[in-house]
Amino acid sequence: MSLIHKTAAELGALIAGGEVTAVEVAEAHLDRMAEVEPKINAFLHVDRETTVEQARAVDARLGAGERLGPLAGVPIAHKDIFATADMPTTAASKILEGWRPPYDATVTSRLRAAGLVILGKTNLDEFAMGSSTENSAYGPTRNPWDLSRIPGGSSGGSSAAVAAYEAPLSTGTDTGGSIRQPASVTGIVGMKPTYGGSSRYGLIAFASSLDTPGPFARNVLDAALLHEAFSGHDPMDSTSIDAPVPSVVEAARQADISGMRIGVVKEFGGDGYQPGVLARFHEAVELLESLGAKVVEVSCPSFSTALPAYYLIAPSECSSNLARFDAMRYGLRVGDDGTRSAEEVMALTRAAGFGPEVKRRIMLGTYALSSGYYDAYYGQAQKVRTVISREFEAAYHQVDVLVSPTTPTTAFPIGERADDPMAMYLADLCTIPSNLSGNAAISVPCGLADEDGLPVGLQIMAPVLGDDRCYRVGAAVEQALESRWGGSLLSKAPAL
Amino acid sequence: MTVGTHMPYDEALARFEPVLGLETHVELGTASKMFCGCKTTFGAPPNTQVCPTCLAFPGSLPTANAVAIESTIRIGLALNCSIAEWCRFARKNYFYPDMPKNYQISQYDEPLCFDGYLDVEVDGRTVRVEIERVHLEEDTGKSTHVGGATGRIQGADYSIVDYNRAGIPLVEIVTKPIEGTESLAPEVAKAYATELREIMRTLGVSDVRMEEGSMRCDVNVSLMPRGSSEWGTRTETKNVNSLRSIERSVRSEIERQAAILADGGRIIQETRHFHEDTGVTTPGRSKEEAQDYRYFPEPDLVPIAPDPAWVATLKDALPELPSVRRKRLQAEWGVSDLDMQAMHNADAFDLVEATVAAGAPAADARKWWMGELARRANESAVALATLPITPAQIARVTELVASGALNDKLAREVLEGVLAGEGSPDEVVERRGLKIVNDEGELSAIVDQVIAGNADAAEKVRSGKIAAAGALVGGVMKASRGKADAARARELILEKLGVSE
Repeated sequence: MSLIHKTAAELGALIAGGEVTAVEVAEAHLDRMAEVEPKINAFLHVDRETTVEQARAVDARLGAGERLGPLAGVPIAHKDIFATADMPTTAASKILEGWRPPYDATVTSRLRAAGLVILGKTNLDEFAMGSSTENSAYGPTRNPWDLSRIPGGSSGGSSAAVAAYEAPLSTGTDTGGSIRQPASVTGIVGMKPTYGGSSRYGLIAFASSLDTPGPFARNVLDAALLHEAFSGHDPMDSTSIDAPVPSVVEAARQADISGMRIGVVKEFGGDGYQPGVLARFHEAVELLESLGAKVVEVSCPSFSTALPAYYLIAPSECSSNLARFDAMRYGLRVGDDGTRSAEEVMALTRAAGFGPEVKRRIMLGTYALSSGYYDAYYGQAQKVRTVISREFEAAYHQVDVLVSPTTPTTAFPIGERADDPMAMYLADLCTIPSNLSGNAAISVPCGLADEDGLPVGLQIMAPVLGDDRCYRVGAAVEQALESRWGGSLLSKAPAL
Repeated sequence: MTVGTHMPYDEALARFEPVLGLETHVELGTASKMFCGCKTTFGAPPNTQVCPTCLAFPGSLPTANAVAIESTIRIGLALNCSIAEWCRFARKNYFYPDMPKNYQISQYDEPLCFDGYLDVEVDGRTVRVEIERVHLEEDTGKSTHVGGATGRIQGADYSIVDYNRAGIPLVEIVTKPIEGTESLAPEVAKAYATELREIMRTLGVSDVRMEEGSMRCDVNVSLMPRGSSEWGTRTETKNVNSLRSIERSVRSEIERQAAILADGGRIIQETRHFHEDTGVTTPGRSKEEAQDYRYFPEPDLVPIAPDPAWVATLKDALPELPSVRRKRLQAEWGVSDLDMQAMHNADAFDLVEATVAAGAPAADARKWWMGELARRANESAVALATLPITPAQIARVTELVASGALNDKLAREVLEGVLAGEGSPDEVVERRGLKIVNDEGELSAIVDQVIAGNADAAEKVRSGKIAAAGALVGGVMKASRGKADAARARELILEKLGVSE
């Protein structure tokens, strides 16, 4: 099997055992990227030399006997919303075109410390606002299963890169589903850790109380290895949880769910859900039961209010977070010809630098926070958020994890929802509640929809700091399904 | 700049009752900024104390300075406030180039400290100023507008921004409306700011240098017609930067508003600026086109939840507060209100107290500091405490006087020597040969010599004109170069000339 088809764990072992070098592994992936990028457009920035140099340095560290983690020398695609001191960081926005941060994000520096080799920066919806990667200022990314379809979003470059074998691993951020939904529609694994479990320092903020860095991989164990590599307390992030990282790798290896109590969220299903998605989901629930889990139905009525609450809270925070892009200290500057005031230059720059979806959300948020509307919008949304968190807590008294489809439909065609924001927002219907409550949730592949032959994802939600439960259940499902399929779901994808 | 008419102060007070409100910003003297590790040294070259967080680079995050939170709680406790058991920072959103994030991390409806008071003494009267809230926030950068006549942004050719100040911890102390101060309103405002400044110094939380902007006052004034109980529209005079200007700006604003109201006009709710040179305020930004700051809880920071037990230990550990200390010192020293006020104005409490602690009687300690030394400090326009002389040295001089080794005149010479850097009091006495002549034989010889040399004066004394003895005493003092004990010399002269008083 060629290097690009190996798992991250396998590559780590081969490199540690001296059977291949990190440089060879990096070059194999860079070659694959050169071959398929014209079709996929997963990357915004690739610099072969920088990447090979990183790989060479890891080989040298290993050669010098340094003990690095299990992923040392393994390549990774890094979402272009994490600051990287040696590569541009743009958040897929014109307003940051060419900007090079003077520092690494905590996630970035932890990847480097663990010896991961960064292949490049991946595409996303501008400032992570979207569910299709069509909102990138640098053109859409395409789904490797069907190049006419979206790879999900906002972390669509990261999901497509892994699904297209350009990288065994990638990073994403999940604010309303931006890891789980892209994982679901590209047939890979994507995990949103507990909020505060992974550091936001150096992650360009969209909605501070929701943004959560997390891993993408082609299998559950690889995702757990990456999760462990970059998670844990960071004094630079005040909201980071000062507690040990849940033992996610052990849980992924254990893959035993006998005796576990699993709740099916009653509210996620019915109208608006694609039949093929529901069929695969119900089969997955049966599978869980056959593996020894006790399945019950759980009602969470407040989840139906999660989407509107999210579309008040996230834009409110974004309207404030994005105020710093004012042409004064970095990034784009428009109209500074000596005749205009600072205020005019700010306005011209923001008008030219932000795309339509970003502007829409800034305006929504500005309105929701304004005097006289705050209580009715932002204040009310925060109350809904509290109710949702309580409902989750109550549910977790009954069950160990909750399950649902990750997203109501399979990958939709590029352009189909581009002019219909509400339809686009519905892609995150099932993922948003976990962001509002801050709990952990993963998406694992559970088959192909009959109508279109496209991947369907199973979402497994666990309480705050119960991340290991997501991996344990996810690994059990993966094991059972892959033995049924005779290989990974991704092996059924058409060749590129 | 248009300066409207002002009504004479007494007339204004006869027709209207002033209501005050003060918002005071105090920059805390922490080693690092509020939300990052940058230094806070005043006067560093522009933009040298900055980092990704205080420049609001994408992805940077704030972390709260624990010392600043502790200092704010101590300020609140000193102002008799309740301390929140749980509160949050909030974002105050508005665009301005010297504010890197285009929002300020501040506190909104959940201040760290609330509902306190501060008693101030004015004209022998105690006025209780109620404190609405004390909260913690961050300072902005500093804009300099180049070109244009006013130094303001309007009309400037370009502006430059120094972000060294951006993110320095700032405590805002807001009073409730202060009523019933009548004609003392300007003095009350000044006394409040003075007392606040002393509390900050006593707590050691800020250098409170108004001229460097580490303490700034916004002064709110409104008038209501006599007989009315409804407050008038207020104006807010921003960033008044000296105690004297606070007093003057209140007076000026009362006179200005009174003239407008008496004329049937209406006060515009606006911010105003005080001009030191003309002593009047001029309009700034009108608040009627109100900014909407879109406050919401700061999601990047966890809530502050000070443990009540810890707050109690902070309260127990508060130093003696200025007003309590003044009462204690006045009782210990037995001095009048007027003397206390003089020492207060001269910033002499520490010096006098240290001198007393070094063994000097309180009256002597106060006499030297408020007399000779205050005169010296005044002459060279420096603060008393910066004179190159220590309380211990003053105590030694008073000791020498008490033992009879020096008289007051010699003591002044000793002080002069110490101030001139000639060494300790004993060294100056030694080097200048200033010891008083208290050897009876030596003094007697000098007296004989003076009597012999001034036969006319001696004869006058003998014949009963005792007043003429003064000339002979003067002669003795001159001959002894001031070191004689003048009283003893007089006794000896009269004795030798066979007369008595």
